[in-house]
Order: sequence, then C-alpha cells, then structure tokens
Amino acid sequence: MLKVKDIHTFYGNIEALKGVSLDISEGEIITLIGANGAGKSTTLMSICGITPPRMGEITFMDQPITNMKPDKIVSLGICQVPEGRRIFPYLSVTENLDMGAFLRKDMNHIKTDMEYVFDLFPILEQRRHQPGGTLSGGEQQMLAISRALMARPRLLLLDEPSLGLAPLIVRQIFEIVKKINTENDTTIFLVEQNANLALQVAHRGYVMENGQIVITDAADRLLSNEDIRKAYLGM
Amino acid sequence: MDYFLELFLGGLTRGSIYALIALGYTMVYGIIELINFAHGEIYMIGAFTALIVISVLTMMGMNTIAILVIAGFIAVIYSCAYGYTVEKIAYKPLRRAPRLSALISAIGMSLFLQNYVLLAQTSDFLPFPNLIPDFTFMEPYAHIISSAEVVILITTTIVMILLTVLIKFTKMGKAMRATSQDKDMARLVGIDVDRVISVTFVLGSATAAIGGVLIASHVGMINFYIGFIAGIKAFVAAVLGGIGSIPGAVLGSFVLGWTESFATGYVSSDYEDVFAFVFLVLILIFRPAGILGRTEKHTV
Repeated sequence: MLKVKDIHTFYGNIEALKGVSLDISEGEIITLIGANGAGKSTTLMSICGITPPRMGEITFMDQPITNMKPDKIVSLGICQVPEGRRIFPYLSVTENLDMGAFLRKDMNHIKTDMEYVFDLFPILEQRRHQPGGTLSGGEQQMLAISRALMARPRLLLLDEPSLGLAPLIVRQIFEIVKKINTENDTTIFLVEQNANLALQVAHRGYVMENGQIVITDAADRLLSNEDIRKAYLGM
Repeated sequence: MDYFLELFLGGLTRGSIYALIALGYTMVYGIIELINFAHGEIYMIGAFTALIVISVLTMMGMNTIAILVIAGFIAVIYSCAYGYTVEKIAYKPLRRAPRLSALISAIGMSLFLQNYVLLAQTSDFLPFPNLIPDFTFMEPYAHIISSAEVVILITTTIVMILLTVLIKFTKMGKAMRATSQDKDMARLVGIDVDRVISVTFVLGSATAAIGGVLIASHVGMINFYIGFIAGIKAFVAAVLGGIGSIPGAVLGSFVLGWTESFATGYVSSDYEDVFAFVFLVLILIFRPAGILGRTEKHTV
C-alpha cells in the first residue's frame, strides 16, 4: 500500500533521514520505534509532504506522492495524528472535527461519521461546544484521532499517541486504535517511544536509529529479541 | 450635548473607515504574521479606480447612486486583483525566508505602488466628486451627522456583518481560522494553505477598497499618498486592538477614531495625531498585546 524507498530528508544542511525504506501492506498495524531524535516524526512528515524528502521515492497505492502537496496527499487517504496532538485551540470540538472532514463533500455521511466518533469517545460529545484548547491531554488525543478519522483515511499515521497520558487513557486509546484497524479496515502506522505497548498491538515493527532503519521483523519476534529488549524495553 | 454627539458620531465614522482598512492588516497578520505595508496602497488604488470609473460614467450621464455602486464594485474587483498579485509576487516566494525579508519586500511593494500611481496619474490632489446625496429625511439631524456619514456607517456595518458570518460559519472561514492557529496542522487535514492565504489577501483588499471609495467621496480629494497616511492610521488601530484579532481591529479603530475626533473638537486639530499616538503608547504600556490581543502564542 505504502512504499517508502530510500528517502533522505534534510533540515537545512542536517540530514535527518539517511535512506529510510518502509513497506506497509493494506490492513496492517505497523509500528516504528526508536529513541528521541531518531527521525520517526520526520519520517511521518516526509510521507505527508510537510518535509518532502530531497532524495528517494514514496508511493501510495502505486501512485508516486514524493513531491505532492500535503492537501493532495490527504485527498488520497493518508491522514496523520501528529505528535503533541495539535488541536486547533480556538476552534470548538465540532469545528475541529469539521476541519478533519475538510476535503469531503458528502455532507450527510460527515454527520454519521461525527456520530461514530462520538460513539468511540463519548466525552467529546459532552464537550462539543468547548474550544479544543480547553480539553485535557487525553481528551485532546481523542479529538486528534477523531479529527483524522473524519477524513475516512485508508492509512492512518499516529505519532506518539501515548505521550504524556495516564496509563489508563493510553490503554483506552490503544484499544480504539485496534478497533479502528479491524472494524474500518484502516491501515495503521504507529510511531511510538513506548515500544512495549506498540509492539503488543502491531503486526510488524521497524526500529529506527539515527535516521536509519536498523531492524525490521514481526512484532512478537521484536518483543523477544534480546537487543531490542535491552535498548527499548528497559528489560 | 449636540456638539459632543457630533464629535462622537464623527469619531464613529472615522473609526469605521479605519476599521475597513485595519481588517486587512489584522487578517493577513493573523494568517502569515506579516505586516503588509502595501495594504494602504491597495486602498489608494481602490480610490483611484473608483475616480476613473466615476469620470467615465458621469460623462455618460448616469444617476449618482448608480455611479457610486458601480464604481465601488469595480474598485473592489481591481483592488482584489492587486492584493492577490502583490501576495503572489512579493510574499509567496519569501514564505520560508526570515520574516524580515518579507517585511522589507512589503515596504518595497508599498513604495513601488505609490510611485506607479504617481507616474501613471499625477502628484497633485485630484477632486473626487461627492456622490452621496443629502437625504431630505436627514435634514433635522444635519448639524449632528451628515448623510454621507450615515451611508459610511451603514456600509461598514453591513461589510462587518458579512465578514463575521463568513469567518464564523463558512468552510473557508473555518479554514482561515485553522490556518492562523496552526499552519502545518491545517495542511495535514488537507487545507490548501496557499489558497487560504490568497483568499485572505483578497478579502482584506475588498474591504480596503470599499473604505477607499467611501472616504474619498467624503473628503473630496485623493492623491497617490493617501494610502500611506490611512495605512499607518489603520495599522495603529489594528495594533491598538490587538493585531491578529478581528474584533480587536474594529474596536481599536473606533477607539482611534474617537480619540482623534474628540482631540480635534475639544483641543485643536493640530493635535489630533499626537493624541492618537499618545493613546497608543499608553494602551501598549498596560496591555502590550493590544486591547483584545492574545498574550500567548497561537501554536503549540
């Protein structure tokens, strides 16, 4: 579904991605784990066209998207929930969700989709008229995921959904992520520092170090890999 | 009391004209954090376009109200085209450059447009016909407020209501607010940010052109330099109200209009600008972000 071939992304003269290759098939949950500053978020931003790679190639459903504008990439069905959630702070919860559906024209389906995300996260319905910035961290993460779902993505990119949240909320969010994957057939690419949790829900995983992919394997095998356990799982 | 009321309404009229221009400054700043110094020139070009159209239509012997409406309409279209082009030429290529570059580009664009009109037209003041008739029903109040002022107030109110509806309730309006709060996130939900920026410039240019036509018709003369003066005043109003905030720009404009009006009426017209700027300094000392400005950063 998504093929990333040897991409190099730069910030000024600094090479953040030094030849990253990934392959994601339809219906999978794939995770990308690695330490701070390894280039995980940059990988996602490169896929979405915010920081286009200088070299390399990205294709989605056999269509090259390497230098496409971000809004065109979204229209193909790739949506990102970025790190830090990035809720529009002065837009209400419903307006944030409307923005998620920005490119869609099917008004009545947007309505049912909004009811669907309110079903997933009932707390959001209670807060529907509140500005996004007044929500708690967990609620904002729920809103960020819901906003992405409003676009009916085929591929959902999640960047550190567990960051700064209480363990109970993290559990809840990961349950929903699994549900989205099985119920809606949405492919999920999950970037996480919480490697233990991420590898438990994912089918396959990639491990990133210094802008490069160092290992890739099935999630359960990564979980039992001695080096991975030492470096990323703290065991 | 009548004198006070006259000054109050005079200030309100002045303020509403400032507001029409200040909206453009504040909307553009809200979206790309740039002080568009060429904005005053857009207003001036609106006034000049209207004058040319009016001259032609008057020769054809049309009725004055029709002339005013047509001239206003064409001025709006012309100014929008200029606003759109200025953004594409002078700011878009500098989107990723340091902010100072865009600012200097803005000043350059302002000077260029002034001198372009100076060359194409003249450096003299040109008479601008007063097309707003004195309504008979306004006669009993003529000592307090003129018919022209009433027309200005009504037009401004309509424009502001339309703009508020557009920004609050339409899809494009929501996209504009989303873009001003977090540009990259706006891109990630599929908003074409370049288009939103263009729309913002066009909207700001349209309101500025309406202001240009109204004030030119009220004051009765124009030259290539009016945009600079009005632009600075409207900029002050936008900062006073809190730049980036739309209600702030309107409020700041009224505050500035009243300050000038009362200073002129009770002290001397020589001190009108002094009072306006003293007021600005005072407000910025106590509220550095302006009256309705947000102190914290928009983005996370």
